[in-house]
Amino acid sequence: MGWFWQALALLGAVGAVFFLFNNMIQELQTQRNIVFSYGWVGQVAGFDISESLISYDNGSTYGRAIVVGILNTLQVAIVAIVFATIMGLFWGIVSISTNYLARRIAIVYVEVFRNVPLLVLLYFWYQGLFLQLPRLADAIELPGPTFLSIRGLYIPWGIPTDSWNGYLLALLLGVLCGAGLVVFLRQREIRTGQTYFKTLWGLGVFLLIALFGWIALPAPLTLSQPVKEGLRIVGGNAYSPEFISLVTALSVYASAYVAETVRGGILAIHHGQQEASFALGLTRLQSLRLVILPQAMRVIVPPLISEYLSLTKSTSLAVAVGYPDFFHTTAKTTLNQTGREVEVFLMVMMVYLFLSLATSALLNWYNSHFQIKER
Amino acid sequence: MDAAAKPEFIIECTNVSKWFGDFQVLKDINLKVRMGEVIVILGPSGSGKSTLIRSINRLEEHQTGRIVVDGIELTHDLKNIHEVRKEIGMVFQQFNLFPHLTCMRNITLAPMQVRKLKKEEAEETAMQLLERVGIPEQADKYPLQLSGGQQQRVAIARALAMSPKIMLFDEPTSALDPEMIKEVLDVMLDLARSEMTLLVVTHEMGFAREVADRLVFMDAGEIVEIGDSQGFFDNPTAERTKLFLEQIL
Amino acid sequence: MRMTPAPQELAPPILRRSWPAQVRTLFFRNWSDTLITLASVTFIVLLLQPALRWILITARWEVLGANLAILLRGRYEAEAAWRIWVCLGLIAVSAAMAAGTWSGKFTKGFGAILILPLVLILIPVFNAPIRLGLLALSALMGLGFVLGAYGPQTHMGNVTVALLTLIIPLSLVLLYGFAQEGPMQVTPPRIWGGLLLSLILALTGIVFSYPLGVLLALGRRSKLPVVRILSVAYIEFVRGVPLIALLFMAVVMLELFVPNRFPTIEGIVRVAVALTLFSAAYMAENVRAGLATIPAGQVEATWALGLNGIQTMVFVVLPQALKAIIPVTVNQFISLFKDTTLVALVGMLDLVGMGRAVLGNPAWLGTHKEIYFFIGVLFWLLNYSMSYGSRKLEQRLDTGIEQSRA
Repeated sequence: MGWFWQALALLGAVGAVFFLFNNMIQELQTQRNIVFSYGWVGQVAGFDISESLISYDNGSTYGRAIVVGILNTLQVAIVAIVFATIMGLFWGIVSISTNYLARRIAIVYVEVFRNVPLLVLLYFWYQGLFLQLPRLADAIELPGPTFLSIRGLYIPWGIPTDSWNGYLLALLLGVLCGAGLVVFLRQREIRTGQTYFKTLWGLGVFLLIALFGWIALPAPLTLSQPVKEGLRIVGGNAYSPEFISLVTALSVYASAYVAETVRGGILAIHHGQQEASFALGLTRLQSLRLVILPQAMRVIVPPLISEYLSLTKSTSLAVAVGYPDFFHTTAKTTLNQTGREVEVFLMVMMVYLFLSLATSALLNWYNSHFQIKER
Repeated sequence: MDAAAKPEFIIECTNVSKWFGDFQVLKDINLKVRMGEVIVILGPSGSGKSTLIRSINRLEEHQTGRIVVDGIELTHDLKNIHEVRKEIGMVFQQFNLFPHLTCMRNITLAPMQVRKLKKEEAEETAMQLLERVGIPEQADKYPLQLSGGQQQRVAIARALAMSPKIMLFDEPTSALDPEMIKEVLDVMLDLARSEMTLLVVTHEMGFAREVADRLVFMDAGEIVEIGDSQGFFDNPTAERTKLFLEQIL
Repeated sequence: MRMTPAPQELAPPILRRSWPAQVRTLFFRNWSDTLITLASVTFIVLLLQPALRWILITARWEVLGANLAILLRGRYEAEAAWRIWVCLGLIAVSAAMAAGTWSGKFTKGFGAILILPLVLILIPVFNAPIRLGLLALSALMGLGFVLGAYGPQTHMGNVTVALLTLIIPLSLVLLYGFAQEGPMQVTPPRIWGGLLLSLILALTGIVFSYPLGVLLALGRRSKLPVVRILSVAYIEFVRGVPLIALLFMAVVMLELFVPNRFPTIEGIVRVAVALTLFSAAYMAENVRAGLATIPAGQVEATWALGLNGIQTMVFVVLPQALKAIIPVTVNQFISLFKDTTLVALVGMLDLVGMGRAVLGNPAWLGTHKEIYFFIGVLFWLLNYSMSYGSRKLEQRLDTGIEQSRA
């Protein structure tokens, strides 16, 4: 019985794949005279990319263009994840605060942004707000100084000096010392039973070393402020309106989900846990730090990781505003130029699948290490 | 039916062993049960009692040895398993009623789907069974609207609806509040006095003493002692049985 | 007989507080509370003031009035627009009947959905015929609910299930038409657009992905390794890739995989299939979660009664699992409905695509905010009422699986 169904399923799947594959080969060979190959990756791309983290010009190869895209995707994803987490944590905690008004605002925030399509948010911000900003010459000046114009956002930025590399070493030393202290305190906790504010101590040591390094080394960074010079703005660091609207839309949209996850995670901890910790004589803060949060984190982190993945996949909406992310440089520009549908889409699938499988691996690792052990 | 052609024993376990991973839960079990016999299985928790009776309708698969039920040997053959399961009713500790079906539908599901009875027939039998267990008025309620004792009685009626030759009870009263235990035991007593073959895992010593034809004492996966009701309680032979009885009585 | 007299039954004490006291407990309990309240008020004022100024004074809402028809139904002919209303009516009645049959009681959640058409009436840009239609929809929903809840109970479940399965094919036929001319003249899907297209894509997507998702979930749990591996591979592949990539593939690459002798496939069919296949993978994971809530005892009890594997699935496991995932299914519908907007990026004229088309007209230059605000509000109203409804339903549908697992 079982073997029959398995054979049938296998036959069906193989048959379908063969049918599609066969059609594809025929189409490619007889109609378009194309042979499957990735040879074009090394050829000159010949198109420009508006923003790039590594050096790139229209004489670079397709391969380099794709790498530029991947880096841009990661840049948008990481910046958006940071903002989404901060905003999500903030609104999530506000939504369970005791203040009636604040709680209402948080709930409205979550409900508004969860129920509107991301693409609509993106277009609203990009076309409705950022592209309606004044020209560069009339840029809005905000404290900082920060300039907002149709050409993007200009903010003050640190420029590395000669001692920057040395300072990076100091920072590394700080991280190592801080982490070492946390581990040492944890060992001590286990040995003596005394509890410490491990994270605070670790952070303090890191900051101390960072501060000391800043003073000891002659100014690792110099501040560059954006300045209006006639019709241009010089200095500082500039972000294109595409980048800002993409980051804004993604992080606001995702923050609504993060807020919901945080709220759900804290509420999921049974009321009895708090009562039990109060009954043991723990204070409200101790109960939160030692009983509620460690359990809530186990509920919050796994869905959070999935939300980060989903945000990363959503960066592909960059194609709507023309930001040169991986999907845009590959599946749109490169595809248009080379006509290599099969190879390009195979590459697109592989990169996203890799991201997704890496995330699942991270999730599984987290679950197996941190979930509460049961019989 | 031709009684002469029937084998002497309705259940025969011969050298049955089973492992969960490296842990041996059943060690070389030999047990033969006659038609109409009432067997009570006792033993400390983790001794393999439940695994043994769950092996008899193959909710657990034994790895070595033979189990023959009503002339059919339990093997990997699905056909055999279904034949055997039709003849064996089972009552669980946690009732396992279907929460999305009314009590009536819980009882008529298997007769209609497996025995292919007509709805009217199945419902008539179900009503009789509900009367027999004393709760005909609950037919149209959903299981979670009933008390634990009532749920367990519906579960017994559900098992009886397939007119099984054998009934297995896996700690049927352990999940019940004390005041509800009696109503379930009364139904089981009634069954024990009929011709039904019963295998009961329980901690209710009074019940065991009153109805058991034979008592089986298990410990650490082995059958330590088999005796009749009188001999078992009054002068157990094995040292482990004595210890167990001392702790529990 | 009682030995002691029964204690006098006391009414619970009524704590009546003056409204200043109530305001104090709500907003100003202590100094930190007061600070948060003040910060919140500032936030609201800072946000609301420019927003209201824009909404009431600067916004050019006439762009919506002038383009309402194409935003809502694309280039679907005005003479045939009544067919859309009939479809909406059919869907409203059968959905309301389903709610009535299965919950049996009027709930807050259903109330929210019932008043949705009434809320939509309040949108200022809608004209009289649309408002009348929405009013009729609301009435039909009320009727459907009453029919489901208080109608003849014996066959209501079957009738509702039949309606729900038939409604989408029936609606599609009605929209497409079947005659050369006259009231049922064929309207090719090419001209379906706007909100109509968004709704069609979301509804067909969810309806067709449901059975597919159930099969995939069962496949993933199958004991047969080949079936299991194929299901897992499909689910993980689709979930790992952004929807926009699948849509691009459907539009750009499909030609390659289909033999030349086949007729060209319409764009709407391509994106509908892509959305369905996409949604099925997520649905499969929902169903899997639903299956996981069914305690092992349920299956054991069914086996002990002599039912076989398929009977166990059909009569015991699936009914409970699918009931348990009704709320997640609604959530998935909402998320699919939001995702349909991505078809605008492959050139379809759904609500967002139509919005972009309107903005391409020089007469409406610079009305981006108005258009996208309107689209956002429409999506928000539909999605929020659905998610509110499903949350209330969730509270009622508590099947008590947790309790029986004990």
